Amino acid sequence: MSARRFFRSPWRTAGYILLVIVTLLWLVPFGQAILTSFRSYDDIMIRGFFSWPRTISLNSYREAWIRGGLSRYLPNSFIITIPSLVLTLLFSSLSAYALARFRFPGNRALYFLYVGGTMLPFQVLMLPVFRLTNALGLYDTYWGLIAFHTAFQLGFCTFLLRNYMRTVPGEILEAARMDGCSEFRIWWQIMMPLTLPALAALATLEFTWIFNDYLWAIILLRSDQLKPVTAGLATLQGQYVTDWTVIVAGALIATVPTVIVFLFLQRYFIEGLTLGATK
Amino acid sequence: MSVKTFRFRLTPYFFFIGPLIIYSIWVIGPMIYTIYLSFTNWDGVSSPALIGWRNYQKLFRDPVFYISLTNNLKWMLCFITLPVIAGLALALVLNRNIPGAKFFKTSFYSPMVLSLVVCGLIWSWMYHPAKGLINETFRAINLDMLAKGWLSDHRLVMWAIIAVGVWRQVGYVMVLYLAGLQGIDPTLVDASKVDGCNQWQTIRHVILPLLSPVTVVVVVISIIDSLRAFDLVSVMTRGGPYYSSSVLANFMYIEAFNNYKMGYGAAISAILFLLSAIFIFIYLWRVLQTELEY
Repeated sequence: MSARRFFRSPWRTAGYILLVIVTLLWLVPFGQAILTSFRSYDDIMIRGFFSWPRTISLNSYREAWIRGGLSRYLPNSFIITIPSLVLTLLFSSLSAYALARFRFPGNRALYFLYVGGTMLPFQVLMLPVFRLTNALGLYDTYWGLIAFHTAFQLGFCTFLLRNYMRTVPGEILEAARMDGCSEFRIWWQIMMPLTLPALAALATLEFTWIFNDYLWAIILLRSDQLKPVTAGLATLQGQYVTDWTVIVAGALIATVPTVIVFLFLQRYFIEGLTLGATK
Repeated sequence: MSVKTFRFRLTPYFFFIGPLIIYSIWVIGPMIYTIYLSFTNWDGVSSPALIGWRNYQKLFRDPVFYISLTNNLKWMLCFITLPVIAGLALALVLNRNIPGAKFFKTSFYSPMVLSLVVCGLIWSWMYHPAKGLINETFRAINLDMLAKGWLSDHRLVMWAIIAVGVWRQVGYVMVLYLAGLQGIDPTLVDASKVDGCNQWQTIRHVILPLLSPVTVVVVVISIIDSLRAFDLVSVMTRGGPYYSSSVLANFMYIEAFNNYKMGYGAAISAILFLLSAIFIFIYLWRVLQTELEY
């Protein structure tokens, strides 16, 4: 429908204006955060939020980045997220392949175990996992966190990849099997390339999820030097309790990686979300 | 059985044995172990000793437990109504090719890429009693009586936090419904129009029933998300003032890690587990049905 025809009906135009207003309201939290981050806190405190800023500066960003420790927290997030992401995709594609391609006793039970585990409020696992990391000597290391993320995300990834792999026509795999290809090579050289769209969607989504995790970071880590950015922000909040411009600037810095991923891989992100729920 | 068929029978096990071991150690095992811990007096340092039902007896007499449970239920009620209705309405509107549809969609699902910690911090500043945007706006339009202590008033604080959750959830629900709408055969919609349905009737009697599988998923996800509520409360209020914004997960965290009553914390998590198990089984039952259609 062309824009001109669309706006011919007054009701439709009114509805459209309402939609625009609601959308803009939806974006207000972002807008006010950005505006706040460039101002000084004293300026806002003395002259109010709706005042023309006296000065505009990057001071709050500098403060959050250097003294607030974000320059340390942000790399930590990547150190934790990327290995977890790679490992969980690798392991889940293995188990998904087994579930999608073979009939064996317990196939469905195993599938349900993964799906059920995905739905679990993960806080339920908090105390045993805390004890386990202590027992294994992984408490307060990157590896404890990486191991847990890898394991917990296996459920969702296996569920999604298994359903995707079932849509790959069996004849292709059968032909490879006839040619004497080993199962392991079929998985790696035929199934994995064919699953690439789902893997891309899943990687985008999982990156955001693992990157944004807060609970496990505060439970499995204690040292400030190891904290990812979510836990770091909570520390920053305690440290700058009276300076909201620094806290807000820090929060904005923390969103940069996921926003970049989202902007460039938006299609995959949405695909990942919907793949999981409509199958 | 020849060696070759035997090897073939074993192949699937080679594929899932590694992942299954990891999953059992970190997810399945802990799930069972948490139930065991709930019957112990574990303090996090010394080894746990069994004390029977004592943690539960204490829990059922603890007023904070009931506050937290009620707050989780409030959260759940809001989550299965507001984002679902708003997300569905937005999906129905934005599924048509209206000008700027892409901009609208992106705006509504952008909160989803933010971590809950960031959402909590940004909103805490919006709720700031003195200079936050919300109160400043009310004062600017001479509605001073509406300028409240959003996070310090025990009657408002829970709703103020849930509002942030809703803000972030709407886009998610919208995306799921948009995908559901894409899957609807357009000839069914056209047919209803030929049969003389007006727009409302088409939505009510054709589109909504066809979307019901999506609705089941959306409601289950919303319920589970409301039971998972933790980050926002932890960042915005830590459950205060006087436990008025406490939720089960937060209550458990404080009992276990601040008060070192890990056994007691495990009892809270067992309750959380039981609550979620109901909905997980409903969901699995639905998955089983779609599986059988294959």
